[in-house]
Amino acid sequence: MSALQVHVEGIGLWSPAWGDFAALKAQLQGLPVDAPSARPAAATLPANERRRAPESVLLAVEVAGQAVAMSGRAASELPCVFSSAYGDQLISDYMCATLASAPAELSPTRFHNSVHNAPAGYWTIATGCQALSSAISAGRATFGAGLLEAATLSLAEQRAVLLVCSDIAGTGPVGEMSATGSSFGFALVLSPTVSSGTLASLAIELEPHADHPLRPAPATGEWYETNPIAASAWPLMQNLAAGQGHCTLAAAETLALRVVLETLA
Amino acid sequence: MSVPIQPLAVSAYTVTSALGQGLESHLAALSSSHGGLRENDFSSAPLACWIGRVDGVEEAELPAAHASWECRNNRLAWLGLQQDRFLEQALDARLRYGAARVALVLGTSTASIGATEEGYRHLDADGRMPAELRRPLIHAPHSLAGFVAESLGLEGPCLTVSTACSSSAKVFATAERLIRLGLVDAAIVGGVDTLCDSVLFGFNALELVSPEPCRPFDQARRGISIGEAAGFALLERVEHAPHAPRLLGYGESSDAHHMSTPHPEGVGAELALRDALARAGLRAEQVDYINLHGTASLKNDEVEAALIARAFPATTRASSTKGFTGHTLGAAGILEAVFALLAIRNNMVPGNLGCTDPDEACGPQLALQSEQRSVNVALSNSFGFGGNNACLAFGRAPA
Repeated sequence: MSALQVHVEGIGLWSPAWGDFAALKAQLQGLPVDAPSARPAAATLPANERRRAPESVLLAVEVAGQAVAMSGRAASELPCVFSSAYGDQLISDYMCATLASAPAELSPTRFHNSVHNAPAGYWTIATGCQALSSAISAGRATFGAGLLEAATLSLAEQRAVLLVCSDIAGTGPVGEMSATGSSFGFALVLSPTVSSGTLASLAIELEPHADHPLRPAPATGEWYETNPIAASAWPLMQNLAAGQGHCTLAAAETLALRVVLETLA
Repeated sequence: MSVPIQPLAVSAYTVTSALGQGLESHLAALSSSHGGLRENDFSSAPLACWIGRVDGVEEAELPAAHASWECRNNRLAWLGLQQDRFLEQALDARLRYGAARVALVLGTSTASIGATEEGYRHLDADGRMPAELRRPLIHAPHSLAGFVAESLGLEGPCLTVSTACSSSAKVFATAERLIRLGLVDAAIVGGVDTLCDSVLFGFNALELVSPEPCRPFDQARRGISIGEAAGFALLERVEHAPHAPRLLGYGESSDAHHMSTPHPEGVGAELALRDALARAGLRAEQVDYINLHGTASLKNDEVEAALIARAFPATTRASSTKGFTGHTLGAAGILEAVFALLAIRNNMVPGNLGCTDPDEACGPQLALQSEQRSVNVALSNSFGFGGNNACLAFGRAPA
């Protein structure tokens, strides 16, 4: 099977340690980096929406905004794929706790913010994007499945596509189930063609029946192990910072993606 | 504008809802205008409304090998998979193509959140999830697709689409792209959503739940009735099932308007419709039947009725089937895709149960009673929170 070739035009990144992709690159080069503010700025949202939006939306919109700004493309023209393993766990915890104690008091706003496509909704409303938007999930393969969905969409439709992968830290009994201890978001603008805006090119190949390589390694205490997106995306993020390299990541339980990254000289 | 796609064969399909288990019970109910709604006997606290509950879910125990996935949503999935020989046909596709060459793309809005809710009602002495529910896989949106992939032994791309009430319509689009690019040879698509407190009390908080059985497009409609359903379809290239009905096209769009109300002029809904017609290479007058989103919410029905009235001739028939099943949320896309396929298979337009005095925005297309007439092309509309729209186009195989 021939590889799926897509080209990265924009990168967005937010973690408690790095507020954008430049900060990650600086740190990998041994330079000092300031941590971002505790709440992602999500400047793409109008101020009133930013106050009301739940944390999952702020995180997704922050990295989406960074990636689209770097690409120089108009957000309104980009079909978008939002991928998250757990959605808004703070709202899940609130809703399940409220339903257990006083169901009739459930907040209507938190309910409509609880849909998995809330980040996609806020984003398309803020940017006037009427192209297709999707919201997906795939367990610990959520990042790889998102990359496959976005690359497939970009190549099938021959359009640039925004991919946003993010999960916030969990809380309460549901947070214990997800074991997500930190927030992390990562976004890419992917194009089917090389252009002057190409930052790096990805050749993606499916590797089925990849049982052993996809089994989670024993925990080592690294920061990225506390977030399902970070744990999957960390090798590709390092390759993007280095401008080259290859990695294997999970797209499903036993389906691997081999991603070879090259930068045009 | 989108370019036409190669149609795909829908070589197997099935559905389970408040109308019963499998295609024949649905056809019988639609033909005889027997709805499946009942007074709410589900929520953990009283709530005066009507629901579309599936009988027999509680008894559909999962096989012991998959017991770690036990929850009501996966029981409904398991019950649904066993109707209309779908399970056998899915396993046959896996044999013919190989486990890694069959994609699984399922839609759900709440997955097994019902199990998470149950856990919170019975937290242990330390305030943690009770021991029998301390199973992380079921407390995540991917619970449904994870379970179905394991139970069918599939090893290809596996994805949960969760865009509220358009979820299990959009799965057809994702599957078509995977097949078009040659990454897989077939795809199992579908969706499952079960009743849970989150949606019953959530829609109630939004004042969208009707105190009586829902009445889509009626002037006196008072909101939605929530239901549950499981449905599945097998997609493959037409040469492998030349006589099967076909997925002709699909459209997807965003309203870019509001999180919980549709665009007042139906801009996003019309974009999805035009996208579907363009991919299918169809003109509006070639459409025989449209299964409408028709939730019976004030806003949705007004906007959708106006869209149908302005975009289609009177010869196109249209109806919402939510008066039969309730609004099955993330499963509505697949349930109503199957209704479109049944309309083609049986040359039958389902009636719009619950509507006696149509909203003045309705055009002459609305079919209040079921009709026997030739149906060669049928559409299905699905719109979700966040302004997320999808439209599917199906057609009869050429003679």
